Amino acid sequence: MADTKYETPMLDELESGPWPSFIKELKKVAPRKPMVQDLLGQLEQSYEEGQGHWKHGGIVGVMGYGGGVIGRYSDLADKFTNCAHFHTIRVNQPAGWFYTSKALRTICDIWERHGSGLTNMHGSTGDIVLLGTTTSELEPTFAELTANGFDLGGSGSDMRTPSCCVGKARCEWACYDTMALTYDLTQSFQDALHRPAFPYKFKIKSAGCPNDCVASIARADLSIIGTWRDDIRVDQEGVKAYEKAGLNIERDVCGRCPARCMEYSGKLMIDNRACVHCMHCINAMPKALRPGVDTGATILIGSKAPIVQGALLSSVLVPFMKIEPPYQELKDLIEKMWEWRDENGKSRERIGELIQRMGMRNFLPAVGLEPNPDMVFHPRANPYVFYDEYFVAEEEGEAQA
Amino acid sequence: MTTQPAKRITDIGPPHYDQMLHPVIKENYGKWKYHETLKPGVLCHVSETGQKIYSVRAGSPRLLSIDTIRWYADLADKYCKGYLRFTSRNNVEFLLDDPKLIDPLIAELNQNGFPVGGTNNAISNIVHTQGWVHCHSSATDASGIVKSVMDELHPYFISEKLPAKCRVALACCLNMCGAVHCSDIAILGIHRRPPKPKHDILGKTCEIPTVVASCPTGAIRPATVDGKQSVEIVEAQCMYCANCYTVCPSLPMNDPLNDGISIWVGGKVSNARSAPAFSKLAIPFIPNNPPRWPEVVEAVKNIVEVWAKHARKFERIGEWIDRIGWKRFFELTGIEFTKHHIDDFKHAGLTYHTSAHLRF
Repeated sequence: MADTKYETPMLDELESGPWPSFIKELKKVAPRKPMVQDLLGQLEQSYEEGQGHWKHGGIVGVMGYGGGVIGRYSDLADKFTNCAHFHTIRVNQPAGWFYTSKALRTICDIWERHGSGLTNMHGSTGDIVLLGTTTSELEPTFAELTANGFDLGGSGSDMRTPSCCVGKARCEWACYDTMALTYDLTQSFQDALHRPAFPYKFKIKSAGCPNDCVASIARADLSIIGTWRDDIRVDQEGVKAYEKAGLNIERDVCGRCPARCMEYSGKLMIDNRACVHCMHCINAMPKALRPGVDTGATILIGSKAPIVQGALLSSVLVPFMKIEPPYQELKDLIEKMWEWRDENGKSRERIGELIQRMGMRNFLPAVGLEPNPDMVFHPRANPYVFYDEYFVAEEEGEAQA
Repeated sequence: MTTQPAKRITDIGPPHYDQMLHPVIKENYGKWKYHETLKPGVLCHVSETGQKIYSVRAGSPRLLSIDTIRWYADLADKYCKGYLRFTSRNNVEFLLDDPKLIDPLIAELNQNGFPVGGTNNAISNIVHTQGWVHCHSSATDASGIVKSVMDELHPYFISEKLPAKCRVALACCLNMCGAVHCSDIAILGIHRRPPKPKHDILGKTCEIPTVVASCPTGAIRPATVDGKQSVEIVEAQCMYCANCYTVCPSLPMNDPLNDGISIWVGGKVSNARSAPAFSKLAIPFIPNNPPRWPEVVEAVKNIVEVWAKHARKFERIGEWIDRIGWKRFFELTGIEFTKHHIDDFKHAGLTYHTSAHLRF
C-alpha cells in the first residue's frame, strides 16, 4: 500500500530547464515518503483537471497553542490515502534567516522522522514552513522542535511571526538593529503569537532602510522602516570615482532624485532639509554615500492584501522614532493599538480597514498620537468634517461633550 | 491517583540569531561601511575594520526537500565554515570569508542546477504561494508557473543587464500571500465564477450570519433552499474574492472552466526614487494551461523585453510607465485595453483621468 506510484507525465515536463525544479524536489523524497508519492499523484490530477484538490483547513494544532499549524486535507482522500492529511507546521525562523549547517540539519532530521520531508524556505510571512504531516505527528514534532530550541510561528487571528531584513548583520544601510528588534518583539509577545485572541491577524515587519527589502510597507499591519534625520554622509572622492567609472551623476543620480535636492558639478551638493530619504543616490553610489548617523525608524500602519475591503499600503503614523532597547515606546504603541482593535474590530478586519472605517480621528487619540502633516499626502479636500462638540446658547447649558 | 503530565516546553520563541552568525559577521555587526558587486550574484561587504564577507546568492524553487537543505548544509560546511542564510525572495546565500572559494562554490552550485545571480538589476526569484501543491483556495498552481517563467527569464537572473530591478511575484488567489500587489510584474490567479453553494450541507457546516457578513459587496443573502437553511448569491454583485469560501467551505470557488491568470504591472515596495505603489492591471485573463503555461510565460517575457528596450537607466516598470503614459504602454506591448481595465470597486473614480493632459 505504501508503494503507490503514479505516472506523472505533465509534472515530468517541469523537471527540465535551467531553473531548479520543485518536481525534482518532490521526487527526491518520494521513494521513501509514501505521502509524497500520493502528493505527486494528486498534483498530476490537478494539472490534468486545472483545479486544486485541497479541502478547507480544519482545526488542528498542538496542546496549549491556537496557532502555528494549518490543517490541510485532500478531497481525494479515498484515492490518495497517504496524503489524506497534509498539515503544515510553521516554525519561527531565526531573525534575518541566518542558519548554521547544524541548525538546518536538526530541522531536517526532525522532519525526516515526522513529516513529508518537504519544506518552504521560507513562507511569505517568514516562517520555516514544514509542509505535510498527519495529526498524530504534530505533538511529537513540536516536542522535538522545542527540545532543540525552535518554536512554532503564528497563524490565524494572532500576531504573526515578525520578520525582518538582514539589517546590521550584513548591510551598511540599516538605520536600526532590525534583527535585535524582531527577536525582542517575538519574545515579548509570545502569548499573542501562539494564542489567537485578536479579531484578525496582525503582522509586523522591520526593514532597516527605505529600500524595504522585506516589503513591510505592503505586507505588514505595522511597518517599521529605518531612516535618518541628519545629513547623508558624502565622500566626495568616492563620488568622483563613480563619475570616472562612467556614471552620469547629473542625469542618473541628481536627475532621478524625487526631491530634486542635489546638484553635481565636480562636487555633490545636497540640501538635506529637502531630502525625502528615498535611498536612490545611496543605492547608486554605495561606496561614496551613506545614511546619516542620527538614525531610527518611521512607523507606518495598516498595509494588507485585497481581502476583504481592498488592498492597502501602510501609511505614516510616527515620522521618526528612536529604535533602541528596551523599545518601550514602540511596545506601548503596539499594545495600545491592539487594545483599540480588540474593542472595535470586527472578525476578519485588519487594522488598516478598521482605521478606514472608524477614521484616524478615533484611532489617533486611542494610541496617544497627535495629528501630523507627515500622515497625509495632503489635507482633506472634502468639506464633510466631523466635530465632536458644538456650542449652544447659554440658557441651554455648557458646550455638549 | 493522578499522573503527572510530561513536562512540555512552550513559548520559547525562535533561537537567538547570535548562534547563527558567521564569526566575521558577528565581529562586524553594525560596522559595515559599503558593498560592491563582484559579479552577478556575488556581493562583497566591507567593514570599517577592513574585514570582508562575501555572499554568493543562488536561486531556489522555495519548495525544498530536506535532501537539498542537507546539501546546502554540506556546501556551507565545505565553503562557509557552516554559515548561510536565506533571502526575502527565497534565495539561498552562502557567506564566505575566503574569496578563493567563491568560484569553486559557484561551480558546484551550477553543476547541480542551481543558478547564481539575482542581484541589482536582475530579475530575482519569484516570490510565490502554494498553489495546487498545498492550498485550498488557489485558482491556479504557483510552483509550476514560477518554474516555467523562470526557465525563460533565467538569462536575466544570472546577469544584471536590465535598466533597473524587476520584481516578479505570483499569488494563486486574491488572498495574495506575498507582496504580489506591489510588484513590477504580478502574476495573479483569479476565479471568474461565483461560488456554488452546497445547499444540502451549508446550514450544518457554516454560520450563516458570518457568511452573509463576509461579503464585501453584500452579494450573499440568507435563503431557505428545499427546506434547508442556506444562502443565495446575487451573482451580478460577486467579484469572486472567495472571502465567503474562507469562512464557509460549502461555498466552493474552484472552477477549471473559469479559473486562470491575470497579469499586473508597475508596482514596487522600495521608496527609491518614486513612492511605493500598487501594481495595475495589464492582462485581465489568461486561461490555465498546465504544465507550462506558455501564454503566461510569453506575456511576462514580452513585458520585460519591451520595458528593457524602452526604459531609461534606473527606471523600474512603473516609473517607465509613469513617464510614457499607460496608453503608450498598451501600444508598445501590444496588450489590448478593455472594460476590465477600468476600476469599478470603491474609490474607482480616483483612477479616472480628470485632466486634458493626453498624448497623441
